[in-house]
Amino acid sequence: MYGKGLKPLSIATVAMLALSLSLVFFYAPLDADQGFIQKIFYVHVPLAIVALIGFIVGGVFAIAHLRTDNRKWDAYSYVSIHISVIFGVAVLITGAIWAKASWGHWWVWDEPTLVSFLIVFLLYATYYPFRYAIEDRDRQARYASVFAVTAGAFVPLNFMAVRMAQSLVHPRTFATAEGGMPGEMMLAFLCMLVAIGLLWTTLVKFELTAKSASGQVKRLRRALDAPVAGGSSRIAPEVS
Amino acid sequence: MLELATLLPLAAPALPLDEAGKYVAGAYVVFMVLLVVYVGIMAAKLGRIEKELREVAAIAEQRNKGGQAAPGREAEEAAPRV
Repeated sequence: MYGKGLKPLSIATVAMLALSLSLVFFYAPLDADQGFIQKIFYVHVPLAIVALIGFIVGGVFAIAHLRTDNRKWDAYSYVSIHISVIFGVAVLITGAIWAKASWGHWWVWDEPTLVSFLIVFLLYATYYPFRYAIEDRDRQARYASVFAVTAGAFVPLNFMAVRMAQSLVHPRTFATAEGGMPGEMMLAFLCMLVAIGLLWTTLVKFELTAKSASGQVKRLRRALDAPVAGGSSRIAPEVS
Repeated sequence: MLELATLLPLAAPALPLDEAGKYVAGAYVVFMVLLVVYVGIMAAKLGRIEKELREVAAIAEQRNKGGQAAPGREAEEAAPRV
């Protein structure tokens, strides 16, 4: 069920990533201030945006789970957060590399953008121990959904707080006072944003498909291991 | 005007390409490595699911050997579908 459309989505993701990387390295001009090092921006910022949106999406799925009590939404929420955490790791590492090249330091503690992202990342890193500390599956899903909703609401609040804060060194992606990016840079950036968004969607679908397949096999095994009643070994059909 | 535009990056306080290239390559390599590691983990997971599926199929076949399975059915089902 979850694997439907995975193949065309994967092809679209690879094609979009190839196109975006070509635009980044062969079309977008060099930045006047940072030069070639600014190319990190095209992978770092889209990853950060998609990761943060993924956390919010995880919260929306969690609301659907709490409203309907359908475990499907809990799986969607868990996988959305899981993939966003992986993207978050990539954001922190690429950001640290960019910081070292631009500012001469791997990390700057007095920069609100960096620290706020780290706080969000660490908040979601606690999702796993919190979730798996609860043994009862229903309670686990319910509590994890409450966590996902609360943390998901924190993400835009945190983003707005950082935007309102006086930034010291971290640049703004869509600058207003100093003018925005040139058209070629913006095109490359938007293509990369779409590509990373597609990648996130593909990985979420991939993970859900694998989890669903694993669950089906376990159900099948349980059904086969159960004692045969009335000489029939038929397996009950799945009700989803 | 065009000449000025090409000279601007050279005049700006940017890292020289040989030094900046290392950092840019590092950032993109990190992204790719994370992706490859994730796909590798998923591949291992799928391998485990396939193994479990084979075991379940073997249990089902053993049950069917009790007389329900048609002759030649086991061999047909045991062969992997391409």
